[in-house]
Amino acid sequence: MKINKLYLALFIFALIAPAALYPVFLMKVLCFALFACAFNLLLGFVGLLSFGHAAFLGTGGYVTGYLMMHTGVTPEIGIICGTICAGLLGAFYGKLAVKREGIYFAMVTLALSQLAFFFYLQAPFTGGEDGMQGVPRGHLFGLIDLSDNMSMYYFVLAIFIFGFWMIHRTIHSPFGQVLKAIRENEPRAISLGYNVNDYKWVAFIISSALAGLAGSTKTLVFQLASLTDVHWHMSGEVVLMTLLGGMGTIFGPLLGAGAVVAIQNYLSGGEMGNYVSIIMGVIFVVCVLAFRNGIVGEINKVIKRNFGS
Amino acid sequence: MATFLGINLFGLSGQLLVGLINGSFYALLSLGLAIIFGLLRIINFAQGAIYMLGAFFAWMALQYFGINYWAALILVPLAVGIIGVLMERFLLRPIANEDHLYSLLLTFGLALILQGVFTQTYGSSGLSYAIPESLKGGTRLPFMYLPNYRAWIIVASLTVCISTWWAIEKTKLGAYLRAGTENPQMMQAFGINVPLIVTITFGFGVALAGFAGVIAAPVYAVSPEMGSNILIVVFAIVVIGGMGSIGGAIITGLGMGVVEGLTKYFYPEASTTVIFLVMVVVLLVKPAGLFGKEA
Repeated sequence: MKINKLYLALFIFALIAPAALYPVFLMKVLCFALFACAFNLLLGFVGLLSFGHAAFLGTGGYVTGYLMMHTGVTPEIGIICGTICAGLLGAFYGKLAVKREGIYFAMVTLALSQLAFFFYLQAPFTGGEDGMQGVPRGHLFGLIDLSDNMSMYYFVLAIFIFGFWMIHRTIHSPFGQVLKAIRENEPRAISLGYNVNDYKWVAFIISSALAGLAGSTKTLVFQLASLTDVHWHMSGEVVLMTLLGGMGTIFGPLLGAGAVVAIQNYLSGGEMGNYVSIIMGVIFVVCVLAFRNGIVGEINKVIKRNFGS
Repeated sequence: MATFLGINLFGLSGQLLVGLINGSFYALLSLGLAIIFGLLRIINFAQGAIYMLGAFFAWMALQYFGINYWAALILVPLAVGIIGVLMERFLLRPIANEDHLYSLLLTFGLALILQGVFTQTYGSSGLSYAIPESLKGGTRLPFMYLPNYRAWIIVASLTVCISTWWAIEKTKLGAYLRAGTENPQMMQAFGINVPLIVTITFGFGVALAGFAGVIAAPVYAVSPEMGSNILIVVFAIVVIGGMGSIGGAIITGLGMGVVEGLTKYFYPEASTTVIFLVMVVVLLVKPAGLFGKEA
């Protein structure tokens, strides 16, 4: 009941937010929040640290960007295709990555995403270092003109809510319970007869497809798909968002994405722009040393301590 | 003379040499990672940044203090090793009992900080470090021209790799290290100071990366980015080789350098990706890695 009120309050806030905050900033936060939520599905609920999620964000972005620029499809088709392609890449990468555990999993995903990076760097259709610029936003269902920032914002909000709901459904389904069991005690899950690698694989596909959805949407918002989205820096950023917000919590990645994007926007405007990487690094170190539960995790602890059971 | 079956031997041996040189760096870096992983069970994401730090220290030592290459070859790994010891003692020790993913994230953060600080101070364009006087010039072999410094890189890194392997397999300290890898609790029970061994091991593993940085300084531009790109390749190499054996790390590192060099000759478009593709194949065929022990 309490949770439902929280959802309602957030929803109302999101509806009226563009009146007070710059819509493009809000859309950026929503795209990264969806990306971080997708990533958190793996890290927080299965215990798998993927260091290569940028590959899926970038794939979604490039596919949608290409379709919008060269085939003239409507945006919803472009986004669906981007999401599917990212999911397919995730199916391939995930199949390989789940063969290894723990730290190896992180290294395998990082190396695989670097493979994607070099592919997009050399492929003729991505525009190399310049990226795809001037991607048209098009008309949603052929009717609603998305070049208007307000209609684009509500479209992005709808996509975010869909992605968030998907993750919510996954976590609270019997499938999600098995994932949590794998996180808590993998040998036990195996002994209960679950094919652990298949469960991990499916979770990986869902996570990568949603990361692709975030990337597709992001390309439409900024009308740009570039190598930044597939670079390992981006994979590091999504880890930071999730860690800062609180891994394994529902709202953590949302809050973490908001915080990181706000920090970046604030810094890039001023003379501190060059310090972004240093500050991100410092946040990493501080989070790991003193703040492992993240913002939402710490708040949850306080609530539990003060309001009983 | 210079062609055989339509292959330009001059070009081929040139790329093989480049491959061996890259392989030398891969071997040094993956050896460092493997030693650290053996005892601490963590992956040092800052290994690439430390390699970059080694190159910058060599450059700074020459620029600001007039310390020449040969002195830097000893002093820089020492300095970097001390930084590693401090890192282990004050940053990694407190989280040693947490999930090992946290130490990965911590070292990733450190790598970002180091890279950021050097980009801020020296820019990202890269600085040059002159080849020491005594290693200038080269030798003309029947099928290729061999620059002396490049030959030195291979000799130096192989010497360090092999002596490290020997020290671990044949000396008493090495025996402690291997015992610690197998069963640290038991070793502690025998009265051996395991935390000290852990600290020394981490310092040594990091010093190897510093050493690689010094010998890399004259051939690659000394730039803040030099560490991150090579590190991801080294991660793939570690996955290919598996971390089971010290010798395996050395052989895989050198071998992958050669594979990369050959690809550069026969199909240059794939030279940046070939190691990752090999990793994919290895994961499909032998997921534990070529020298890996786990199931």
